[in-house]
Amino acid sequence: MKFTLLIQSAPIDSQSSATALRFARTLLTKGHEIERLFFYRSGVQSANRLALAPQDETNLPADWQQLISKHELDAVVCIAAAIRRGVVNATETARYGIEGDNLLESAELSGLGQLVAACAASDRVVTFGGGA
Amino acid sequence: MSESTLHILNRGPNQPELLQHLLDALSAGDEILLIEDGIYWASEHFAERFQSTQPKVLKADAEARGLTRICGQTVDDADFVELCVNHRRSVSWC
Amino acid sequence: MNSFLIISRNPPYGSAAAREALELALACALFDREVAILLLDDAVYQLLPGHNPSAIGQKNLAAMQQSLPLYDVDKIFVCQSSLETRGLVTEALALPVTPVDSQGLKALMREYEAIINV
Repeated sequence: MKFTLLIQSAPIDSQSSATALRFARTLLTKGHEIERLFFYRSGVQSANRLALAPQDETNLPADWQQLISKHELDAVVCIAAAIRRGVVNATETARYGIEGDNLLESAELSGLGQLVAACAASDRVVTFGGGA
Repeated sequence: MSESTLHILNRGPNQPELLQHLLDALSAGDEILLIEDGIYWASEHFAERFQSTQPKVLKADAEARGLTRICGQTVDDADFVELCVNHRRSVSWC
Repeated sequence: MNSFLIISRNPPYGSAAAREALELALACALFDREVAILLLDDAVYQLLPGHNPSAIGQKNLAAMQQSLPLYDVDKIFVCQSSLETRGLVTEALALPVTPVDSQGLKALMREYEAIINV
């Protein structure tokens, strides 16, 4: 089956992003397809390349990057949610006249329309995290 | 294909209204999966809340939290995927 | 999955939750998908009239709410017991809403293909 996964909470502050990653790995192991990973709300922090973890801790953004690139997954980060929370690519920082960027290499910034389109193309939509 | 819903709950007794909404929204044929902090609802103490539908409990999260005496069936990650496949839709209560 | 039920449980301004739920609902409508909104618990406060968030430096949510009917998003459901425990009545809310009880909630769950708690 084709799945869209929606991740709405940040790593560290919630377990949801880690649960979603484990679910995504299991999906692929069982032969299902991931139509799209969509990061919304605080979930955009899952795509922050500058999150650093001590040696003995999990680095979720790095793990997401590895999964996305290994399986050539489509990973979209909601642009409106991301820029407000400081998860940005070079295009956006140039637009705002500042330096730096931290978006995961294999993710792209785009709109909520990508989530809507992914759901339309999917058999299942599973949400991880959210709330206040 | 079943028209049923998988209800996923990841918050515990700190948010009792969440469980109440879930139970209000439950129809025959639906299932409940407790994950993350939601696994605490599977303590024996709360057993009477789940009259019609016994919850399933994600093993990794129960183990992590030291919850050993569980009311309901423990499931693994592969079962989590299977539950999502078997139900038409899922709703993650948060 | 082409029809969406967007559920919100949070009040406006104290977090981005209310605004981001509305944004998702509007995105569904903009891309011609059937969408309904369900407000539970403190989310019913989103529809109190007369917001004025200028002193706290936020955009008024009412502007986004008023655009809902423009995009034909007219199915706004509110939890009846959430209204009652907060001493609110539907007539006092800024938009027309349909109150739902437990039976109504069960029916809503089965009517939409994608249910997203934002």
